[in-house]
Amino acid sequence: MLKDITLGQYFPIDSVLHRLDPRFKIIYTLIFIIMLFSGNHYWTLLIGAVFVVMAQLLSKVPLKMSWKSLKPLLPVLVFTAVLNLVFIDSGDTLLEWKFLKITQGGINTSIFMICRIILLIVGSSLLTYTTSPILLTDAIESLMSPLKKINFPVHEMAMMMSIALRFIPTLLEETDKIMSAQKARGATLDNGKLMERVKAMIPILIPLFVSAFRRAEELATAMECRCYRGGEGRTRLRQLKASKGDYIGLGICLLFLAVTIILNIIL
Amino acid sequence: MAILKTEGLTYTYSAGTPFEKTAVDHVDLCIEENTMIGVIGHTGSGKSTLMQHFNGLLQPTSGKVLLDGQDIWADKAKLREVRFKVGLVFQYPEYQLFEETVAKDIAFGCKNMGLSEEEIQSRVLETADMLGMDRELLERSPFALSGGQKRRAAIAGVMAMRPKVLILDEPCAGLDPKGRNLMLSQIRDYQKKSQSTVLLVSHSMEDVAEFTQKLLVMSKAKLFCYEDTDKVFRRADELKQLGLRVPQIASVMQALRKKGVPLPEDLYTVESAREAVLALLRKGVSSC
Repeated sequence: MLKDITLGQYFPIDSVLHRLDPRFKIIYTLIFIIMLFSGNHYWTLLIGAVFVVMAQLLSKVPLKMSWKSLKPLLPVLVFTAVLNLVFIDSGDTLLEWKFLKITQGGINTSIFMICRIILLIVGSSLLTYTTSPILLTDAIESLMSPLKKINFPVHEMAMMMSIALRFIPTLLEETDKIMSAQKARGATLDNGKLMERVKAMIPILIPLFVSAFRRAEELATAMECRCYRGGEGRTRLRQLKASKGDYIGLGICLLFLAVTIILNIIL
Repeated sequence: MAILKTEGLTYTYSAGTPFEKTAVDHVDLCIEENTMIGVIGHTGSGKSTLMQHFNGLLQPTSGKVLLDGQDIWADKAKLREVRFKVGLVFQYPEYQLFEETVAKDIAFGCKNMGLSEEEIQSRVLETADMLGMDRELLERSPFALSGGQKRRAAIAGVMAMRPKVLILDEPCAGLDPKGRNLMLSQIRDYQKKSQSTVLLVSHSMEDVAEFTQKLLVMSKAKLFCYEDTDKVFRRADELKQLGLRVPQIASVMQALRKKGVPLPEDLYTVESAREAVLALLRKGVSSC
């Protein structure tokens, strides 16, 4: 069913990682990404792997979920690997066939890239598994607040993001309902030629658009009724507060980054 | 004769995740032809989920749904035919309208059945008449209609397929009392005329008391009972425990009986209650 698509993909359990300040979690993720890309040595990957395993264990999110986020990206992985394999020309030539040439360097790079991308996906999806979308937008708003000084509409952006996130499940549910309703009238959605399939989308898309506009209008009215007038002087229900644990986490992340960089300089 | 049967029907949402929930739990049912059936149950009791199994929109986690004695999931290619035989109108069906004109929207299901132009035309007109829609409305955009007319257009779209079983999920939600009664009597007329089975999901005990012959009561994902309407309403205390109630008039009659007024037990519509009370008054038992 459509509902099973994990978009916010928040995994609601309680763990150390779930309780951390979302702003810090975003920073951790950024540090992790920098870490992965700061070196071209297998050591970098090993340290990254240790980091991911540690975070995964702390988050208590089952490995099955990480596999779920990895699965749709498998074609990309294969594509990257093949590209590297075919186009990198360094080291001993292992196989040559017409214009194709596979070299030791190509194989090394392919394996390296695959491992790096897998770590990247598994590691960064932990952020969304352990942080609810609403907290995530709060954190983004808070991290971007310095931009207010150059008149960047941070609050409005964040509000738009949280409204969009809030309505993803609603609209998915709506789509599901409309699809069911049209299927009940004998609409076929999943077979036929391309043109037929495009045509079959019309009975879904038109009601969906109509309802999205209706919802938008209702929401705007409801917000105006409650005197919403932008971010000026607005307080929040959930205050983000950094605790000792958040700084310890930051310390650990920086330590990992430092080790990676030092190892890269030495080796 | 039974048209729809379920055997050990069970459905679990999001199996294997923290959101796992069994919405329908081992339901065995046998639904007859040519009856008007009310479906009642507390919110979240599994009514809607059960209804979506009858036309194969949901596949049971375990158990079977039999239509005319055939397992509807035996041949997936025939599922579409099942949906023509078992019509399902969702709650707030007006949100599924999409065509340029009302007539075209009503014809959508029939077109999917592959009927001829003339046949479709005559079915559209007949169904519109049955639901009391003006012919001039048929050429208007469905988005320009009033709420009640939109709802009728959407229901007509399913009725026009002439299903053997028509399932309506709260067809009267959000309509005013007068509109409700009109809609329900039109649905009853349709049932009588088409000799089909109509399942009416409703939260109004008054409505099901007046318009249905049998009641299907769901409670906490299980089938509580499937019996004649009057028999169900005699179990007032049990219904209360399920978070349901009997029609208001039945409660009044029950209270009167407790005070010693000799009224029969099967009074659950205003009409029958009125007659019983009048009969009593004529006999002159008004002293108590």
